[in-house]
Amino acid sequence: MNLLETTLATPLAGAVLLALIGHRRAGGWVNVGVSAITFVASLAMALNVFENGPQLSTDRLFYIDAFNVYLVALTAFVGMTTSIFSRPYMRHEVERGRVSDRRMRLYLSMYQGFLFAMLLALSTNNLGILWVAMEAATLATVLLVSLYRTPESIEAAWKYFILCGVGIAQALFGTVLVYFAAGQRLGIGRDDTLLWTVLYGAAGSLDPTVLSLAFVFLLVGYGTKVGLVPLHNWLPDAHSEGPTPMSAVLSGLLLNVALYALVRLKMLVDASLNTPLAGYLMMGFGLLSFMVAGLFLHRQHDIKRMFSYSSIEHMGLMTYAFGLGGPLATFGALLHMTVHSLTKSAIFVTVGHAAQLAGTQRIDRIRGLIRTQPAVGWGLLVGTIAIAGFPPFGVFTSEFLLLTATMKSFPWLAVPLLVGFGVAFAGLFRHLHPMVYGAPPPGQAPVRANMVPVAVHLILVLWLGLSIPKFLADWFSQATVLISGASPL
Amino acid sequence: MTSLAQLSLFEQAIIVFAALALFSSFVMLAQTRVLPLIYAFAWQGVLLALVTALVAYVSGHPHLYISAALTLALKVFLIPWLLHRLAMQLRIHLEAERIVHPSLLLLAGGGLVIFSYYIALPIVQRSGLATRNTIAVSIAIVLIGMLVMIARKKAVAQVVGFMSIENGLFFAAVVSTYGMPLIVELGVAFDVLVAAILFGVFFFHMRESFDTLDVDQLTRLSEAREPEAPHEASGAAPAGPAR
Amino acid sequence: MDNQLIAWLLAAAQTALFVGAAPLLAGWTKRVKCHMQNRAAPAVWQPYRDLAKLFRKELVIAENASWLFRATPYVVFSAMLLAAAAIPLVAVDLPTGAIADVIVLVGFFALARFFTALAGMDIGTAFGGMGASREMTIAALAEPAMLMAVFTLSMTAASTNLSAAMGYVLDTGLVLRPSFLFALLGIAMVAVAETGRIPVDNPATHLELTMIHEAMVLEYSGRHLALIEWAGQIKLMIYAVLVVNIFWPWGIAREFTMEALGLGVAAAAAKLMLAMVILVVWETVLAKMRIFRVPEFLGFAFVLSLLGMLTHVVLETGG
Repeated sequence: MNLLETTLATPLAGAVLLALIGHRRAGGWVNVGVSAITFVASLAMALNVFENGPQLSTDRLFYIDAFNVYLVALTAFVGMTTSIFSRPYMRHEVERGRVSDRRMRLYLSMYQGFLFAMLLALSTNNLGILWVAMEAATLATVLLVSLYRTPESIEAAWKYFILCGVGIAQALFGTVLVYFAAGQRLGIGRDDTLLWTVLYGAAGSLDPTVLSLAFVFLLVGYGTKVGLVPLHNWLPDAHSEGPTPMSAVLSGLLLNVALYALVRLKMLVDASLNTPLAGYLMMGFGLLSFMVAGLFLHRQHDIKRMFSYSSIEHMGLMTYAFGLGGPLATFGALLHMTVHSLTKSAIFVTVGHAAQLAGTQRIDRIRGLIRTQPAVGWGLLVGTIAIAGFPPFGVFTSEFLLLTATMKSFPWLAVPLLVGFGVAFAGLFRHLHPMVYGAPPPGQAPVRANMVPVAVHLILVLWLGLSIPKFLADWFSQATVLISGASPL
Repeated sequence: MTSLAQLSLFEQAIIVFAALALFSSFVMLAQTRVLPLIYAFAWQGVLLALVTALVAYVSGHPHLYISAALTLALKVFLIPWLLHRLAMQLRIHLEAERIVHPSLLLLAGGGLVIFSYYIALPIVQRSGLATRNTIAVSIAIVLIGMLVMIARKKAVAQVVGFMSIENGLFFAAVVSTYGMPLIVELGVAFDVLVAAILFGVFFFHMRESFDTLDVDQLTRLSEAREPEAPHEASGAAPAGPAR
Repeated sequence: MDNQLIAWLLAAAQTALFVGAAPLLAGWTKRVKCHMQNRAAPAVWQPYRDLAKLFRKELVIAENASWLFRATPYVVFSAMLLAAAAIPLVAVDLPTGAIADVIVLVGFFALARFFTALAGMDIGTAFGGMGASREMTIAALAEPAMLMAVFTLSMTAASTNLSAAMGYVLDTGLVLRPSFLFALLGIAMVAVAETGRIPVDNPATHLELTMIHEAMVLEYSGRHLALIEWAGQIKLMIYAVLVVNIFWPWGIAREFTMEALGLGVAAAAAKLMLAMVILVVWETVLAKMRIFRVPEFLGFAFVLSLLGMLTHVVLETGG
């Protein structure tokens, strides 16, 4: 368990440290270093869990199994690569005068605080702490969304704060109801009946009516953070107005964590209900988000907003897949979670450079990237091809798996799914083509860009698309067995 | 027919205070002036702390006394004091908001109470606690808090609505399960405190950028936005002086 | 047979006491108010003197007044008299209490109000019409609130009979009921509006733009005016008795012995005097509100009564 403590304590210590020295030039390097230590620790922990099975900390406050340890590793990894990208990017913002040194300190400290909150949410065994950590993740990022202090960014941050706050309040009520149901069965006022291990052990005997009511509240609550339509209003604003590294981690990671919470609770509710109610709810909301977000892609004028809607679309797809249940769909959803995180953060990094290069986020002003700076242009092109689900990339694999799973259990749902893929594809590409290939406006010059994280992410996604490495496949199937109760292989 | 007379006087007092807390939610819904709104919120905190302490006494769960003290410190003194100070500093303490249909709003609140009653029925039927009937009230406080946030346009009113949602949730935990585990409650209290401070920071930012605390003015980001809207700020923006 | 007779006699005596004491209560209220506002106070008997003087005065009736105008004072007074007869003042379980319940009471009020409004319009003066329209506006808003509060009580006591409701409260002893608290506040606010007190109306003013009730009865004189004023005083007392005896019935006589009845009279007097002191404090603290804000005031009263009803359903019926 020492590795877990390292994984959690490093970002927390980093947050404190950066709160003190973040305004110095070295702050960016410290951020990278801390993120790297976190990643190494989490990877070691993941391998440990992979070999020795689930682990429960002695005070029972933390529980690590194949499902969440894989997300911990993914979070730490994307956190690290984004910190690498964020160093020169934010330096550039400071030089342009959009961010002062003091706000730089806030940014760096909160970046680590945010990572800590997410890792805590993923690794905790207590559903109450899970909620507290989710809320803390919101609070840590709310000031980062408004980092530039423009009226738009303040409006976006306010919306984010209020809507997520209200949404996640419903999740707390759902948590109270779960605690209530557990109290009925296991005794009122006990301290350990919010522990997931205890609850899951007793799930079969919990009252199904109370739990289904609880799940509705939890779905609304965590669903707001996942960005499910119609609770998604805050998401495009928050993701598009903040600094780009923030957009990358919000889209790539925070949404995953919220979905993780939802899936954990679905496991609990399914074990108690013996009906697919929770799954159906998730399928309905997921499919709705998938379709609506795909349509919204068509009418965006802001490049970051467009990719935020793409995030909603993919989160909807994952929610749908987890709702569908079954080994194949769950395996596909886990894979999709991974490739979406990697691709989406890579895209946001590229978009950040593109926006710096063009001096605007407006799609109709970003032109001819590939001529001005081929690396950025190719990055955007390949990233978008990957996220749209083109064959050699991992997104295609996972979407294909999901489609197959759908064909098996609900053949008629394959139609809206296919239509949705087509709509989203068209929405992305109608905007992409002129941005990459159009004639660059006079005077457009390349910017200092670090495309290494993008390349690493996209190569990983490509690799996952060509062949899933054995150990990763085993890992996913372990998690799938945990969630769906059967192996996909 | 009613079991009320069979309850002890303390349990009856819990129910009365719960009803008064619900009433304070209605007051928040209709109160247009800033300072009385903050006071109404503080009073709800007082009632909440009282209920918590009474539940602790009746049920014999001493850790609820800590929760009650926490509520008293946070929801009665600290947050109202923060809001009060902000209102004074931003000179909005004398402002009043025009509510378009106050009676309709109050009736909607009544509708929410009925709705929460139906939501709470399955829970109430399964609970053996003396306080079980107040679960519906706690849900109603949550929902009315949301209504406040939807219907009111002043940022202060929205914050009060937000915090009263938190009150309702805390209340729900106290009356349905004798409170959450202490570690969770501490965590939630920490989040609430941070949220309150962030709200304060936001008031200043909003005042700086919009020159008003009317949330109505926040209309720059929407799907219907014209592409011509001045949006350079987040991209090229000729270096606004960093504050 | 003997018991029946005594009961009926008692009922008649209670009604007489009610009607007779109403001006005294009005005098007491005025006196406390004057003290509160540092003015020289008239004697508590002053309302009796005013009434007596009015009865002796000559009637002046407008030329175009119809029979409606002449009949209204008698209708109004009889309605109030019958309402007063139905309300337990010093003793419950009287025969008159058994035949009249809360809904009938509200009906009596409506009847009196209806005729007053008609009479206000009968003459055709501008003030009469204005007063009538305002009165009906307020009534339309006050009645639902009143009924909602009354239903809350009747749901608790499982009866719309006042006597039975008081008996129920006495039987169960001291129980803290949030629904009663809200219903009490709701009824109190309705009472303030219905009896034309501050902040809805000012009983002591003839300022043309603000008056409501006075505007309707502006054309009355002599014994007609005396009857209407007396009826108004009875109405105030009816509301006061309703509030104190339903929510705090202790002291009221349940058997017809001398001691119990004496205690009942004393308790009723004490409670009413106290209630009036509270009313006066309320009137002194508040300023009269603009007429356009009255709907908000009554809307609030309705919400209170509604809350009473809701909390009864939600909190007091064992789930």
